[in-house]
Amino acid sequence: MPQKQIGNAVFDIDADGFMTNVSQWTRDVAVALAKEEGIAELTAAHWKVIEYMQKEFKENGAAPTVRKINKSGVISTKELYEIFPGGPAKKAARIAGLPKPVGCV
Amino acid sequence: MEEKIKKVSIIISKGSLDGVYPGLIMANGARMEGIEANLFFTFFGLDAIIKKRMGKIKVATVGNPGMHIASLIGLLPGMSAMATAMMQKTMDKIDIPPVPEFIEMIADAGCKFYGCKASVDMFKLKKEDFCPQMDSIITVGDFYEKAAGGQIIFT
Repeated sequence: MPQKQIGNAVFDIDADGFMTNVSQWTRDVAVALAKEEGIAELTAAHWKVIEYMQKEFKENGAAPTVRKINKSGVISTKELYEIFPGGPAKKAARIAGLPKPVGCV
Repeated sequence: MEEKIKKVSIIISKGSLDGVYPGLIMANGARMEGIEANLFFTFFGLDAIIKKRMGKIKVATVGNPGMHIASLIGLLPGMSAMATAMMQKTMDKIDIPPVPEFIEMIADAGCKFYGCKASVDMFKLKKEDFCPQMDSIITVGDFYEKAAGGQIIFT
């Protein structure tokens, strides 16, 4: 399995660069992955989304859809697209250390 | 590596459930991949953005071989509504929203919505008949201008 190193952290990733073991995730890793996704700084709003996604993943075994995130009241769809430009569900999942979302919506 | 698709303009021309959803799913999927998206509604496809009709889009149970029920049975009162309700329930479980909610979600995702002028004139519709997400009523010429530089998908 391919691995990636950021600073002192080494973690497993899949072919698309998504972490395969969420227990290897740290906030520093998130900051570094966010930079790779073109997000210079993770704000409070980003962290809220990340924490919600990780909670959902823990409970349901899958990253939540955009619809679910919107309904959770954590953030509106509009804002989600604004803070994760160019692909909210995928980018947020990757930064949160979760597998690539598999749904079509 | 192939060059990425940057923009899609999707035409929805049918007013049945199976006529409307593919275009909506593709438009939403485009935005989720960071692809610029336009939706152009023409003919009966307009029903999806008409306030009074968008919540009542149904699957056709007659003349639809994909349903695998005899057309005579599909003719029975309430069949279309029943088949639609069953399908909506399944879709909701995989987080595909009902049409009005989906339109709102796709608009929030930054997709633009247009109505076809010829169809609007033909059906004698007005801007007020449409949901607030509809940006404007445009001609075919305008559509091609907006679609310039991207891919056009007809559904």
